[in-house]
Amino acid sequence: MANPTGWKPDVQAGVAHAAQEEVGLGHATRGLAFEEGLLFERGSRGRTGVSLPPRGSDADPAREIPVALLRPEVEGLPEVGELEVVRHFTRLSTWNWGIDTGFYPLGSCTMKYNPRSSEALARLPGFAELHPLAPPSMAQGALELMYRLERALSEISGFATTTLAPAAGAQGELCGLMVIRAYHVARGNPRKKVLIPDTAHGTNPASSALNGYQVVPVKSGEDGRLHPEAVRAAMDEDVAAIMITNPNTLGIFESHIAEIADVVHAKGGLVYGDGANMNALLGVARPGDMGFDVMQFNLHKTFATPHGGGGPGSGPVAVKEQLAPFLPLPLVVREGDRYRLVTDPAERPRSIGKLREFWGNFGMFVRAWALIRELGPEGLRRAAELAVLNANYARALLKDAYDLPYATDSLHEVVFSDKNLKPTGVTTMDVAKRLIDHGFHPPTVYFPLVVHGALMIEPTETESKETIERFCAAMRDIAEEAAVRPEAVKAAPVKPVRARLDETRAARKPVLRWTPGMKVE
Amino acid sequence: MNLPDDLKYTKEHEWCRMKGKRATVGITDHAQSSLGDIVYVELPEVGDVVKKGESFGVVESTKAVSELFAPVSGKVVEVNDPLADAPETINEDPYEEGWMIQVEVSDEKELAGLLDAASYGKFVEEEQA
Repeated sequence: MANPTGWKPDVQAGVAHAAQEEVGLGHATRGLAFEEGLLFERGSRGRTGVSLPPRGSDADPAREIPVALLRPEVEGLPEVGELEVVRHFTRLSTWNWGIDTGFYPLGSCTMKYNPRSSEALARLPGFAELHPLAPPSMAQGALELMYRLERALSEISGFATTTLAPAAGAQGELCGLMVIRAYHVARGNPRKKVLIPDTAHGTNPASSALNGYQVVPVKSGEDGRLHPEAVRAAMDEDVAAIMITNPNTLGIFESHIAEIADVVHAKGGLVYGDGANMNALLGVARPGDMGFDVMQFNLHKTFATPHGGGGPGSGPVAVKEQLAPFLPLPLVVREGDRYRLVTDPAERPRSIGKLREFWGNFGMFVRAWALIRELGPEGLRRAAELAVLNANYARALLKDAYDLPYATDSLHEVVFSDKNLKPTGVTTMDVAKRLIDHGFHPPTVYFPLVVHGALMIEPTETESKETIERFCAAMRDIAEEAAVRPEAVKAAPVKPVRARLDETRAARKPVLRWTPGMKVE
Repeated sequence: MNLPDDLKYTKEHEWCRMKGKRATVGITDHAQSSLGDIVYVELPEVGDVVKKGESFGVVESTKAVSELFAPVSGKVVEVNDPLADAPETINEDPYEEGWMIQVEVSDEKELAGLLDAASYGKFVEEEQA
């Protein structure tokens, strides 16, 4: 008897609906969650997680160490068994949130799914176990992959050549600015300033300052775009470069980019492209064709390599022909059917040098190359189109519930303000916290700075229509709740293992060190 | 919005109180409330020279890091050091205990370019509209 009571769940109302509310719109659940203390508070005196082989002689290693360096006792080190350690970290890992757990619409961070196929290929022993000091004759496959990836990235972005060396996006920016400085120095004058629009990532001014440049902010227009007149007014022959993110951090395409590039080039300046938002343009438009001279990629964003704690990142830098001599080492060159690592500065006397140890984050190169080959030119274009479609779908579903400060079309991400929330007393931060109760990672908040109480949503191409709909339903639910029960939103989150944390106290009075017997309220 | 009449204001949301040639500088009530809980402040040292319209320090809240722009040019003659350990003072009392630096004004003509309470209040309302 399959259904003796004749009871049917009503998906519109009743039990099924209540159950759905219980778990939140993002399918969050209140299942069994393990509490977990500090490892230091576990175990007991003398317990150990390792067993050492018996000593082969009577020699005591401790006697080999000078007495002055030995401590009679070390207070507070955990003394635990292997299983306790395994459980400790496994339980902590269940508190974690990642793209494999749920939706992660962090704007400008491009938190897209990392395909298992890319992961599997990166784990091939020939790649994963290759020693970084293996002679090039025994690493031809790896070098060929680096060479092909370099060619592919140059082609996709419209530049002459690309360095794979930088370890992440910020180091890519640093590298790009060092190349720009080296170029100007070679022409006799390093110049003094870098122009940066007010929608820029915070790393842009930092990279400029690290290279000894004074940062000159440029205001964007009412439509959220950078205008040639604003750049013309700030441009002179002391300006080394302008740093532009396209589409910018409002998710808006800088449609005046070609004219802006002309304005900057006319005074001998260079145009730097922050490639953080490259996901919107893949296979559709090439920064090299828009007038950019230098651009960094973020393989961990655009090419779906792991990101944010799961990294490392990788920030290749692409340049036009006239900047190629200044790129850092190593580079991979093809000679007939062989590949060679160029590491000797004598061969590239104008190179800015070496940015880091060894050859770049090679595991990320494998994953990025795997994705490029798997998707192909059509697939990459389709990924960008879907990313743009998904962001615009979210925009359409939310635009009457949240204030859209710029009416200009969005590409891969959309930014809302807190204007509609103002009368309720609920803030952007409260909305972000409430989303956690619904089982979603909050979007980027309070960035870009030009939008008051910004909520910046980037779904990426890898999310399904249903997920985006559920997320937007949760966002709408919170907007309605803010109007009728603001205190509930302000108390969020209540469902996760840790409820709302006191971020202010954590920043003002951080407790960074555990000591035996300490009590923290 | 609390806007004392005896102060001069900037469009970057700093205030300045003149006493002889000495200007006391801080951020406005509106600025501290938009920033939210302030957790860190970086100020210049006594003897440093600040220039009108240029950055003289940084204020950081749980939301964002913002630059502080000097309303007037001159030499820094006093710094509110206790703010380093108690940045919340800026939230609690932005116009008195939460002052940041005192500057020996080098060119009093610069004061003419600052806003009075009424025009600053109007500017903030327009900015929020």
